[in-house]
Amino acid sequence: MNLLLDLWTVVAVITGAFFFFAGTVGLLRFPDSLTRLHALSKADNLGLGLVVLGLLPQMDSVSAGLKLVCIWLLVLLSGATASQWIARTLRHSGSGP
Amino acid sequence: MTAGTLFGLCAAVLIGVGLYGLIVNPHPLRKILAFNVVGSGVFLLFGAIAHRGAGAGMGGDPVPQALLITGIVVAFSATALAVAVLLRLFDETGSVTLSSDPPANAGNDSGGN
Amino acid sequence: MIEVLNFGLAALILGLAVWAIVAREAPAAVVGFIVYGLLLTLVWLQLRGIDVALTEAAIGGGLTGVLLISAAVRLRSTESAFRAQRPAASTRWLAAVLAAAVTGALAICVLALPEPAPTLAPEVLANMAVTEVENPITAVLLAFRAMDTLLEAIVLVFALIGVWSLAPDLAWGGRPGPLQVADPNGMLAYVARVLPPIGIVAGIYIFWIGADHPGGKFQGATILAAMWLLVMMAGLADAPPVSRRWLRWLLVAGPLVFIAIGVVGAVTANAFLAYPQGFAKPLILAIEFALMPTLTLVLGLMLLGAPRRGKSP
Repeated sequence: MNLLLDLWTVVAVITGAFFFFAGTVGLLRFPDSLTRLHALSKADNLGLGLVVLGLLPQMDSVSAGLKLVCIWLLVLLSGATASQWIARTLRHSGSGP
Repeated sequence: MTAGTLFGLCAAVLIGVGLYGLIVNPHPLRKILAFNVVGSGVFLLFGAIAHRGAGAGMGGDPVPQALLITGIVVAFSATALAVAVLLRLFDETGSVTLSSDPPANAGNDSGGN
Repeated sequence: MIEVLNFGLAALILGLAVWAIVAREAPAAVVGFIVYGLLLTLVWLQLRGIDVALTEAAIGGGLTGVLLISAAVRLRSTESAFRAQRPAASTRWLAAVLAAAVTGALAICVLALPEPAPTLAPEVLANMAVTEVENPITAVLLAFRAMDTLLEAIVLVFALIGVWSLAPDLAWGGRPGPLQVADPNGMLAYVARVLPPIGIVAGIYIFWIGADHPGGKFQGATILAAMWLLVMMAGLADAPPVSRRWLRWLLVAGPLVFIAIGVVGAVTANAFLAYPQGFAKPLILAIEFALMPTLTLVLGLMLLGAPRRGKSP
């Protein structure tokens, strides 16, 4: 059982890290700010979610696991707010579509 | 190389980099930023020394770490005061030069140096 | 494996520090500094200083970053005048030599540190039982070096008075910060309604848990101040005029209670800030409760700066 949980942790964290990597590649390679924003917010939210899911079996209590999920939800909230705002500013300043 | 030695050397380089920025950058806000880099380097150096004092079941000597918490808070208050002085200088004279010469395009002589 | 992580972190923070110094635009440099502060939090975790990591993330990365970036945006128009003023090559060479000399001297000191390292950890552990707190850093801050914490609180209030004294005559005793008008459908108003309840719970939790686990009043007060600042920045509440009596009373309440407890200690336990036997935990709690509003208000108001508007609502 422990081996299975550890395997799940390793797979989920590596997949999450791959999404972070993909987001960074998108940040560096996409042509303009809106597409970069898309890459960052999708990849980072999914990447962080996978890392959190992977770490959940390693927690020793339910409350610690709930705190991890809360952290993920707060990062989702702040990421969504920041992305909305940046996109709105970009559209007003004329560099959007 | 232990973590303490590595981050102690890293802190020494940070202090050097910050000191260079403090002397070379002419804009006062960049000087304040460089000063903060120096400050965080000093805190990191102190923290590396605290980590070397690990023992009695703790990961680091708690006395230097408690002093560091005090230091970080006081450094923030010093930065806030410096930025407030800078912003007041900007509101009064329209530029943030620290030199005593009158500005090249002096249109007003209120405030001034 | 940990070595690789440490080397990677050290390389990243050095790179970001250099970026913060040499970046052309001030806002870019400040953003680099904020990321630098957050990576420094990870370094503190590696150095097993969890309370310091919390403080660095909250104050070093968070509050200092907000302070510097708002100043950088306000001072944007002054940057071009300074770009022409870069010092001569000889000054830069001398500065580089000086910086290298300081770095070299400090590196030699780091490599020459005594082995085994002197430490006060066993003595703290031996004397901690009297204070009835389990977090050794809280015990050091509020029992063994309580004088440092008292003077720090007083220094913070003095710094705030210094910031307030920079108000122009017309705005003396008025409200700090610009007038924010709330856009009721805007993103900021939405976040300022959703986040503060969570933030207040988190801040009070971190304050309360600091007695036995990493945390404490500085970190908790920073989170509460950040929530207050968020509500003010969204325009949902206005900054109070700094001449309000309740504000000034709350600000001095913390240091006054601290000094009063110190005097009680001088009378009953033979030394200023000594705690009489058996009363350590309640007195520590009283000091922390009195300091929380002081710290929250000081940290929030110092970020807002000197008053710029009059007292009228």
